[in-house]
Amino acid sequence: MTLIQEVNLFTPQTTASAITGVLWLIPALPIVASGCIALFKQPLRRAAVTLSIGSLGISLLIAIAAFAHVLSGWLAGNAVRETVNFTWIRFGSSAVELGWVLDPLSAVMLVMVCFVGLLIFIYSTGYMEHDENFTRFFCFLSLFAGAMLGVVISNSILMLFMCWELVGLTSYLLIGFWYHRPSAAAAAKKAFLTTRVGDIFFLLGIIWLFAQTGTLLFYSHGTGSLEPLALASLLTQHAGLGLTAAGAIGLLIFAGAAGKSGQLPLHVWLPDAMEGPTPVSALIHAATMVAAGVYLIARVYPLMQAGALTGGVTTSLTVVTWVGASTAVFAALIAVAQNDIKRILAYSTVSQLGYMMAGLGMGGVAVGMFHLITHAFFKALLFMGAGSVIHGSHDEQDIRNLGGLKQLMPITFVTYVIGMLALCGFPLFFSGFWSKDAILEAAQHWTVARAPFYMLVCGALLTAFYMTRQVSYVFFGQYRGHGHAHESPRVMTMPLAILAFFAVALGAIGTPAWPWFRAFLDGHAAESLSEPGLFALMATSSLVVLIGLGLGWVVYGNKSPEPEAPDALQVKMPAVWNVLQNKFYIDELYGATIIAFYAWWARVADWLDRRVWGGAVAAVTWLFGLFAKFNRFLDANVVDGTFDKGCEEISTGGGLLASIQSGVVQNYLRILALAVVALVLILFWSSRP
Amino acid sequence: MTAIFYLIAAITVAGGLAAVLLKNLVHCALAVTVAFGGIALLFLSLEAQFAGFVQILVYIGAVAILIVFAILLTRGSDIPKDGVFSKTWLTGVAIAAAVFAVIGYAVINSVNAIPQQDAVPHVTVHDIGLALVGPYVLPLEIVALLLTAATVGAVIVAMHEKGGSE
Amino acid sequence: MTPLGGYLLVAALMFAIGLAGALVRRNAIMVLIGIELMLNSANLNFIAFWRYGPHPEALTGMMFAIFSIAVAAAEAAVGLGLVIAIYRHTHTTEIDKINRMKG
Repeated sequence: MTLIQEVNLFTPQTTASAITGVLWLIPALPIVASGCIALFKQPLRRAAVTLSIGSLGISLLIAIAAFAHVLSGWLAGNAVRETVNFTWIRFGSSAVELGWVLDPLSAVMLVMVCFVGLLIFIYSTGYMEHDENFTRFFCFLSLFAGAMLGVVISNSILMLFMCWELVGLTSYLLIGFWYHRPSAAAAAKKAFLTTRVGDIFFLLGIIWLFAQTGTLLFYSHGTGSLEPLALASLLTQHAGLGLTAAGAIGLLIFAGAAGKSGQLPLHVWLPDAMEGPTPVSALIHAATMVAAGVYLIARVYPLMQAGALTGGVTTSLTVVTWVGASTAVFAALIAVAQNDIKRILAYSTVSQLGYMMAGLGMGGVAVGMFHLITHAFFKALLFMGAGSVIHGSHDEQDIRNLGGLKQLMPITFVTYVIGMLALCGFPLFFSGFWSKDAILEAAQHWTVARAPFYMLVCGALLTAFYMTRQVSYVFFGQYRGHGHAHESPRVMTMPLAILAFFAVALGAIGTPAWPWFRAFLDGHAAESLSEPGLFALMATSSLVVLIGLGLGWVVYGNKSPEPEAPDALQVKMPAVWNVLQNKFYIDELYGATIIAFYAWWARVADWLDRRVWGGAVAAVTWLFGLFAKFNRFLDANVVDGTFDKGCEEISTGGGLLASIQSGVVQNYLRILALAVVALVLILFWSSRP
Repeated sequence: MTAIFYLIAAITVAGGLAAVLLKNLVHCALAVTVAFGGIALLFLSLEAQFAGFVQILVYIGAVAILIVFAILLTRGSDIPKDGVFSKTWLTGVAIAAAVFAVIGYAVINSVNAIPQQDAVPHVTVHDIGLALVGPYVLPLEIVALLLTAATVGAVIVAMHEKGGSE
Repeated sequence: MTPLGGYLLVAALMFAIGLAGALVRRNAIMVLIGIELMLNSANLNFIAFWRYGPHPEALTGMMFAIFSIAVAAAEAAVGLGLVIAIYRHTHTTEIDKINRMKG
């Protein structure tokens, strides 16, 4: 039995209800709050916090109401997909249309983003307390939340792209929040440029899709680009390299998702993005922004899946799977050899994103999205726990300088371990186990190749290993740091506890005994899956996790190595360690090739601009200068000279004429009398016959 | 052209010439009075009795006296050192001669073409009065205004500068 | 020479004499005397034309002459007042000395 088969589909419901009409408020409220906060002065902290948390809280309430609506529809046997579309600009016969959609996928994502976001906002009020740019932080956070929610609800690929770009912008602003640090500024720039590379391909995909199907909307009562009519037309077009138009567009869109979600060639920005404050890492690089890529693939899944062969395999999905699986292993390997607490988590995120992509490629929307939801919770928990550790040990981030925090920060320790076990996929009680298992199941039944399955299993082992390494370095042994470590304030530990609860509880929605999540997303009744291979797989994955945990404990557990001493693994295989620690030298490779080429090209352009265009402009300017000098010569000498001469003459003439006024009245009288004589003579002469 | 006419004309012209040529200003004023009288006689010979008597009353009785007063007030009786005629008197005389020539020429050439009526008009003062309040009432009123303004103006102009009545 | 012509010539002669006086004599009062002579000769012209011209019963010429006499009297008064006022300022009545309005 394949897991992508549609079973007992519900009757579709597409007419928009009241809640869909106000769905636009969910992203709008945080964006408006961000705009208002932008006008505040820095000391107005209370107002900024109230606005941003308040707006996101209201958005959460609306999201819950929307989710309830979709859920009630599901319970009644209806598959809800309601859209509200409107035309933004009309040009000729085509139009730019925007709109939003409420269906199980967007409802679930909305609730997750709002909830995790809200917890992180609350956490930030404690974490950023001592920072002087507090209000600016919340302005950017709200803007990010609004943009991410816009990506989630959008029904128009253009609106999705616009919000996507806004997400990229706000992540740049947040990563480079401490912009006076050169490393932070460089990291922000790197993040933006790397995701930009992906976005160019995404834009090409959008344009091609619009040109081919004539519509920007996903779902629009039969005419949308993800609906059967458009997909059929896309399949008939061939785009070279053995791809149909659907396949090519799917690959282009995946390129964009790969940039945002840090898949293999474009992953370089994610670890450097840890330069931002920890709440930023938690929000953006655990729960939401990196998940946007996965969400995008889930959203355009009908396109990726169009023309599927048996087993739901298409070229685009195959590419997605391979890239995801490679990323999963690659990043896990690098994470083993990192020493910064956040960087380990960053590579872990890259690895888990690889899992999600592989899950989407092999298992379908529900498999990938389930892991996305569970990962959001436990990764945010881990990041926030790391933030708590950093906060409590006075900004110490190197794990070699930490240790012994089990006694000094108990709440953080407990919640962190819960998150870590969820990430590793500890059997049965933790959500990560169920979501990772679903992916492994899909990999096991993949018809194209077996290699991804082995790669993912290997990745699971490595995940357990490096997380154990991290936990034993940070929490066990003796405290090797400076100063006094203390537990974080309640405003920071409360969200940790809440997330820890969900890291455990969320597993319940996706167990094979009651696969509610898959049924909900796919729009059919939940039937328990029972397969013989299922228990064998669960046993295998549990074993792998336990081996990883055990290995990690054996190598690192409860020891308290000196900060300067080399890592235990480094001693055993120094060459491998060096390669892993230097991240497979990918950054250096990019630096030597792409960036070097770009710098050269920039120099060429600068020379061109300064010498050639600048020279042309200078020549024109010189010509004008010459002309101006000539004009001045003319004006001063010819025009002014003539004028002055003329005035002089008039003045002289005037002087001459003025001498007629002698002041002696008799002379005037004489002239009068002469004039009379002359007049009479004229009269005589003119009246002559 | 009776002999009376020639006599009166001669008196008038002589008076005028004397008025212009004499050095002593008071003699000039008296000479011009003679000229006024001659003009009045010419009016009478033209059957314009009213105009003639008005001429005597106004010109001889007021204007000439006025001229004498002005000579008195401006020490006109003293003869200036440089002479009474301007240095360029020949130009002035030439211009005046030109004017006379032109007008004389006009008169001589055209007077035979003008129809003359020789009947003596009988005009009484009663007729003149009726004309003054009839067709010529507007000029009458305007002249009254003019005389008032001239009186006031003359007083102001000739007043001593310290202001108020002296 | 008709009688009218004679009167007109006398008037023209008187006019020229008056004009000569106004143009040649240096005293300001002499100029005014010359002007009075000119006005008188014009009046003579009017009366002559009234007597020998058509419609003497319309009294046009007579009226003109009478009004002219009235105006001349007023003008003489004002003019002599001006001469007196100027004499007070400049202590002279010679008009070629009073040339402050020259250009």
